[in-house]
Amino acid sequence: MTELPATTQRKLGLVIDLDTCVGCHACVVACKGWNTENYGAPLSDVDAYGADPVGSFLNRVHSYEIAPTGGGCSQTVHFPKSCLHCDTAPCVTVCPTGASYKRSEDGIVLVDESACIGCGLCAWACPYGTRELDQVAGVMKKCTLCVDRIYNENLEEVDRVPACVRTCPAGARHFGDLGDPDSDVSKLVAERGGFDLMPEQGTAPTNKYLPPRPKDRLTAQPVDISSLTPVAEEPKGFLGWLDKALEAL
Amino acid sequence: MHPAPSVIIFTVLSGLGFGMLAFLGIGVLDVQGVAAFMPFAIAFTFAVSGLIASTFHLGNPQRALRAFSQWKTSWLSREAWLSAATLAVMGLYAINVIFRESTIAPLGWLGAALAVATVFSTAMIYAQLKTVPRWNHWLTPVYMLTLSLAGGAILAQQTAAALLLLVCASVAQLLHWIFGDRRFAQQGSNIGSATGLGKLGKVRLFEPPHTGTNYLLKEMVHVVGRKHAQKLRVIAFVSMILLPIAIVATWPGSLAGTVFAAGFFVLGTFASRWLFFAEAEHVVGLYYGKHDR
Repeated sequence: MTELPATTQRKLGLVIDLDTCVGCHACVVACKGWNTENYGAPLSDVDAYGADPVGSFLNRVHSYEIAPTGGGCSQTVHFPKSCLHCDTAPCVTVCPTGASYKRSEDGIVLVDESACIGCGLCAWACPYGTRELDQVAGVMKKCTLCVDRIYNENLEEVDRVPACVRTCPAGARHFGDLGDPDSDVSKLVAERGGFDLMPEQGTAPTNKYLPPRPKDRLTAQPVDISSLTPVAEEPKGFLGWLDKALEAL
Repeated sequence: MHPAPSVIIFTVLSGLGFGMLAFLGIGVLDVQGVAAFMPFAIAFTFAVSGLIASTFHLGNPQRALRAFSQWKTSWLSREAWLSAATLAVMGLYAINVIFRESTIAPLGWLGAALAVATVFSTAMIYAQLKTVPRWNHWLTPVYMLTLSLAGGAILAQQTAAALLLLVCASVAQLLHWIFGDRRFAQQGSNIGSATGLGKLGKVRLFEPPHTGTNYLLKEMVHVVGRKHAQKLRVIAFVSMILLPIAIVATWPGSLAGTVFAAGFFVLGTFASRWLFFAEAEHVVGLYYGKHDR
């Protein structure tokens, strides 16, 4: 049903560290791989080897440049973006068929592809652009928080996290229960001042972003290099004899 | 937003059909029996062809019946119910008028109310979206309702109502353009709030996520044709409002006048509705470095 649950027992989600992300797109590739082979319709590509390739992705990495307010060097920030599993998810309530729903047990927002008519209204309702209508299957695709990994007892325990988190070589992605104030992810958000994207939209996203730390600035005085000036331009003694002897050869 | 032909045809034609059904429902026809067949046939043709067009933008139209299930939260689902109820009630009303030569007034009024509610629910599908500031305004239902009823009044040859409603529609359209142009800035989302990085400094897109295009850009970051927007607004306004007013006022109640007035009205409404989509900016464009002023 497309009515949102009043509360969810847990709030599973991601914390993305914009200070640590190096923009390698490994999470994008891991996500595409896992979600093409597992839950639901594969993430199709159209004209994949042609002139105008286009495909479905559940996770994309943008890069932004910040010119600091007080002047100084610009800072580049790599910015991965996938479904934020919002508490008041606008994509759920607009769905006419009940295909789009939010789970009361863990807060994950999912699409029942067998009920999706592919009207695209949920993608219009999402401010973050995290839902894409698959052009081959005609159904809406979105991040499942790897619901088929995190509870999957056939996988090693270390692998029971979303594919993007498991693969991130920089450790910039964290997975956990953001509804529990004592969880590692909640502590991380509190410590680093984690924030919501577009809070003015009133979506109350579960996923949080950690801000990039300010760039280091040189504060030490320049080193005195006067001691490095040459003490003698002309060689003397043995070196002077050698110099002359070699020139005479 | 991408101005998809299926959705433009749907909102224009079904708006016109339901607007006409509303007038037929309140009993403006002074004929019964076979003579009443044509007006009802015209109204039902517009309403139903619009609804059929709407299914062309679905990825899996074979499951369309499921859209009736979520009326508690979804305006699209409510629209499905209301349109089906309008067609059923007005169908019953029309059968009685045409074949039994009896006018069941309460049934007609119910049908008329349902027809108006259907157009309102169509408008709310767009007006509810906070992500598209231009649409997220009470003027959106006013714009669609006045146009739908004005078109219905032209087709039902209600001269006074048509003139009054065309004037109302012209005000609604002008205000929708004027307020719509300021709405994105007013609503307050920008690349700084979208990325959450705005408090650190001035943010600009350095690199998009991919070199090609994607569904989001095609569907929601449509920018083609906006440069002709002002010209199209003039064309839409003249064809949708001024010409029908002139024609209806000059040749009230004549068949040729009705056909020409309705023809210009439909053409103008298509232009207006194309602009309604093409000029609408979705906040997701901010992530791609668009709409930031």
